[in-house]
Amino acid sequence: MLIGFVFALISVGLTLIFGVMDIVNFAHGEHLMLAMYFTYWMYTLWGVDPVFSIPVVAALLFILGTITYRLVIKHVLDAPMLAQIFVTFGMMVFLRNLAQVVWSEDYRRIGDTLISGRLELFGIFIGTPQLVTSIGAAITTGLLYWFIKNTRTGWALEATAENKEVAGLMGIDTERMFALAWGLALACVGVAGALLATFNPIFPEVGAVFVLVAYVAVALGGFGSVTGAFIAGIVIGLVQVMGGFLWEPRFKTMLVYGIYLGVVFIRPQGLFGRR
Amino acid sequence: MTSSMKTNRLNWLILIILAAFLLAFPRLFTQPFLQRTMILILLWSVLGLAWNMIGGYAGQVSLGHAIFFGLGAYTSTLILTKWDISPWIGMFGGVVVAVVVSAIIGWPSFRLAGHYFAIATIAAGEIFAVMFRNWRWAGGAVGVYLPIIRGERIANFQFHEAKYGYYYIILAMLAITMLATYLIERSRIGYYLKAIREDPDAARSLGINITRYKLYAIMLSAAFTAIAGTFYAQFVLYISPNTVFALLFSIQMCLVAVLGGTGTLAGPIIGAAILIPMAEYTRVYLAGRAGGLHLVVYGLLIMLISIYQPGGLMGLVRQWQQRWSTRAQRRDAAVAVPAHHRLERSEGSGDVTDGAS
Repeated sequence: MLIGFVFALISVGLTLIFGVMDIVNFAHGEHLMLAMYFTYWMYTLWGVDPVFSIPVVAALLFILGTITYRLVIKHVLDAPMLAQIFVTFGMMVFLRNLAQVVWSEDYRRIGDTLISGRLELFGIFIGTPQLVTSIGAAITTGLLYWFIKNTRTGWALEATAENKEVAGLMGIDTERMFALAWGLALACVGVAGALLATFNPIFPEVGAVFVLVAYVAVALGGFGSVTGAFIAGIVIGLVQVMGGFLWEPRFKTMLVYGIYLGVVFIRPQGLFGRR
Repeated sequence: MTSSMKTNRLNWLILIILAAFLLAFPRLFTQPFLQRTMILILLWSVLGLAWNMIGGYAGQVSLGHAIFFGLGAYTSTLILTKWDISPWIGMFGGVVVAVVVSAIIGWPSFRLAGHYFAIATIAAGEIFAVMFRNWRWAGGAVGVYLPIIRGERIANFQFHEAKYGYYYIILAMLAITMLATYLIERSRIGYYLKAIREDPDAARSLGINITRYKLYAIMLSAAFTAIAGTFYAQFVLYISPNTVFALLFSIQMCLVAVLGGTGTLAGPIIGAAILIPMAEYTRVYLAGRAGGLHLVVYGLLIMLISIYQPGGLMGLVRQWQQRWSTRAQRRDAAVAVPAHHRLERSEGSGDVTDGAS
């Protein structure tokens, strides 16, 4: 269930991009993977503990996000939907295989961190990294939510999501908002990646594991709805764990997709989506 | 008028030359690598055209077509390995399974719009991948090796000495798929589908049963994808959930069509003719040096194409055609002669300038 918070954090980033500019980032998982490798690098090259590298990785990914927007996404904003799908899909293929070339296919692990070990909580053993990760993910998601709802920049972001033209007329620099959305979204996976790197093995395809579920969370919560993505992320974490517990673990992802299909057929716009 | 007639005649000429070239290809080029690449181009043309039926004409972007491909490959293979029945018969079994499944997936999914539909098809695809990975009777995650049958007979659907057999089979499949696409394009279904793609609400108000026509489109699309799946299984002689049900497969199918230009007959073929050799050559030349370098280049190219030529290469061709025809029109207009003379004149003068430029 704890993993649900991580799904929520990853999904929130995805939904932010979609909400603001109607683009699905198919390379989201690969950005997560990059964040994990950055964390790994800092750990092996300079001995920086993953816990401390969280803000650095988040900042790096923020920068990567804005650059990605300016170099790539900006050019397809008015393009047909297929071009938008393929540009991020191409990015996915590019990044995933770049990682294979740079870091090879091997599984890597960060051995000892400040938060290794496990804890006993109400008679159940929980790995400390898992616990810290979920708490960290929950806090970050909360912070992002607070930022969007309570700061002027956050409002501007929401206004841009609501209606780009009107927001532009109101004096909001929509171009900057788009870049900000990408930056924030990638910072989210930056945090998620740094946290996950404490216990999850790191390999070029690692992103797919998390992000396929995140797409479902985003669609389930309703594209563009931050609240929806957050709740759906937790629900999915719950379903996965319960599914693995009550049924066979290997079918747990199937269950997630099944539930998603069930929900969207009844409510095509997702749980919290607007039409 | 005249210039469109001329392009029509030109198109037929190109088609005939192309067909002659394709028929002679295995005799002209005997290197195994070239033949293999050509077979893959034809296979992906079939897949691109099949995807195009639902994705291009009806505008429903499916990213789960690997389901139908995988079902085609698995059905014929399982029928062959378990009951020793010819893959030719199994192929039709695969078509039936894929068509039924496509209807089951399509019927509820068509209520979803845009991204929701795309993601629903991804989800459906993943469900099938997980299912087959855990289905022990069907080989599980390891997949199935097809038995090798000696004797170069078409009835066996296996060729080991030379790849001619495969080549002509897939060429015939492509011809049939092209014919089907052509017929769809010309028929009522084609016009309905385009109307649905452009404006579903307007189409509905004209009395078109949207869901029914989309269902026809996805069923046709699934059928041809399944046929290609059987071919793939017979050609590679090994199938596994990670190859035939892979998301990457679905996406490449879509990519071939998009690269060439969706909603056109020539688009997916042009897309395959460019993408597949590119992928194969980069694979051969770069794979030796570093693991995924060829895919790095591939990913980069996809990005560049989406940014600079989002309408696909057919968009480019159309731009040229337009420029050409406006120039021809201007030329026609410039010849200031009485109207009843003009028709003959412009035709004649057009031919002359054609040769000159």
